[in-house]
Amino acid sequence: MKPPPFIYHDPRTLAAALRLLGTLDNAKLLAGGQSLAPMLNFRYVLPDHVVDLNRVDELAGVRIDGRRIRAGAMTRQRALEKDASLARLCPILREALAEVGHFQTRNRGTIGGSLAHLDPAAELPGVMALYDAEIEVASAKGRRTVPIRDWSRGYMTPNLEPDEIVTAVSWEPWQDRHGHAFLELARRRGDFAIVGVGCLLALDARDVVKRAAISLVGVAYGPVRLAAAEERLIGAAFDAPAVEAAAAEARRLEAKSDLYASGAYRQRIAGVLVARALQKAYERARG
Amino acid sequence: MDKRAISLTVNGRPVTREIETRRHLADFLRHDLGLTGTHLGCEHGVCGACTVLVDGEAVRSCLMLAVQADGREVVTTEGLAAPDGTLSALQQAFRDKHGLQCGFCTPGMLTTLTAFLRENPDPSEAEVRDAISGNLCRCTGYAGIVEAALAAAKRMREQS
Repeated sequence: MKPPPFIYHDPRTLAAALRLLGTLDNAKLLAGGQSLAPMLNFRYVLPDHVVDLNRVDELAGVRIDGRRIRAGAMTRQRALEKDASLARLCPILREALAEVGHFQTRNRGTIGGSLAHLDPAAELPGVMALYDAEIEVASAKGRRTVPIRDWSRGYMTPNLEPDEIVTAVSWEPWQDRHGHAFLELARRRGDFAIVGVGCLLALDARDVVKRAAISLVGVAYGPVRLAAAEERLIGAAFDAPAVEAAAAEARRLEAKSDLYASGAYRQRIAGVLVARALQKAYERARG
Repeated sequence: MDKRAISLTVNGRPVTREIETRRHLADFLRHDLGLTGTHLGCEHGVCGACTVLVDGEAVRSCLMLAVQADGREVVTTEGLAAPDGTLSALQQAFRDKHGLQCGFCTPGMLTTLTAFLRENPDPSEAEVRDAISGNLCRCTGYAGIVEAALAAAKRMREQS
């Protein structure tokens, strides 16, 4: 199958892209194309206009301002993976990116595309959820910032209006001594995760957990944080019952069923991966 | 029909064509330029057979529009050998180590591994396997392919 007919636009500035999006009917934004192009090839989507963001240079690149990292929406996944500062400040990002498709698709795929496409199994929204990232959105009418917890509105439906463009995502890396882990189960290397788990654990001088973040992808429509488990881990002894309590919370999440895995199977895997991710993050934090 | 004129370099040669903007790069290479070495297996980015190099980076040519290659440098499997036909070290290793059976995945394997070995000239076997995780061999001939990649890496290190 081939892409359906559409009119192609390749604006050079964000302002021009926003003007197009504000005036055209049935327009689709093209970022890295690693999800949209298959949908076009199979004619799952039939846009009248495709607005290509690949020549909008101002949307690409990573900036580190003081304590905050800001990645432009068109920053390639491969660029994030190779970025030495990011690898130092948030090593979990590289660990998760290794699971995002294959290096050939990461050469094109973008962080903004991952967030806007919002596949339930996508790893990057899960990592961004760990950091309580903020997604920057613009339209011809103005700009707004959406906290990641308010980002998912349903199956592959982000909190984004038809005339809006994701311009960037920003987050604050953890400063304190901490460990990380990103684990996922997929049928083959590079496939969509059946379940993926990201975990950050910060320890105090006595190796007691003082901050925790656990997020899961592939279970619900968007990334899910295990808020109660995180709360319980803080200040408590990090032992087998504590890990099991977090795993039990993961097993109680409402999990979707699809062609590849039932909800019950996902719940079971979620528990296993949460326990493993916690252990790994804790060991790394202790160093 | 929405059309555009594009100019790019393909295997070292300048090319200018008017194309439909919905045409993906793989179809442009195969149908407009007759470079049928680039194969199409799945057309949704899973099989890797259509992998080409765009500005030196391995990408799926079925997931990129030809119009997006305007001004870029594209190398297909036809462009890997020297102009006089001498095979690249990687191609020669595929021949020596029985790295191809039916040959359908071969163009994607070669372009993928060409880009990979440039970045990682001394890979472990596990790294080679990871690099070709996005290239499906329907003959399941991975053992020969991995062996060829490792042999080519060794040969290239010795030559450099």
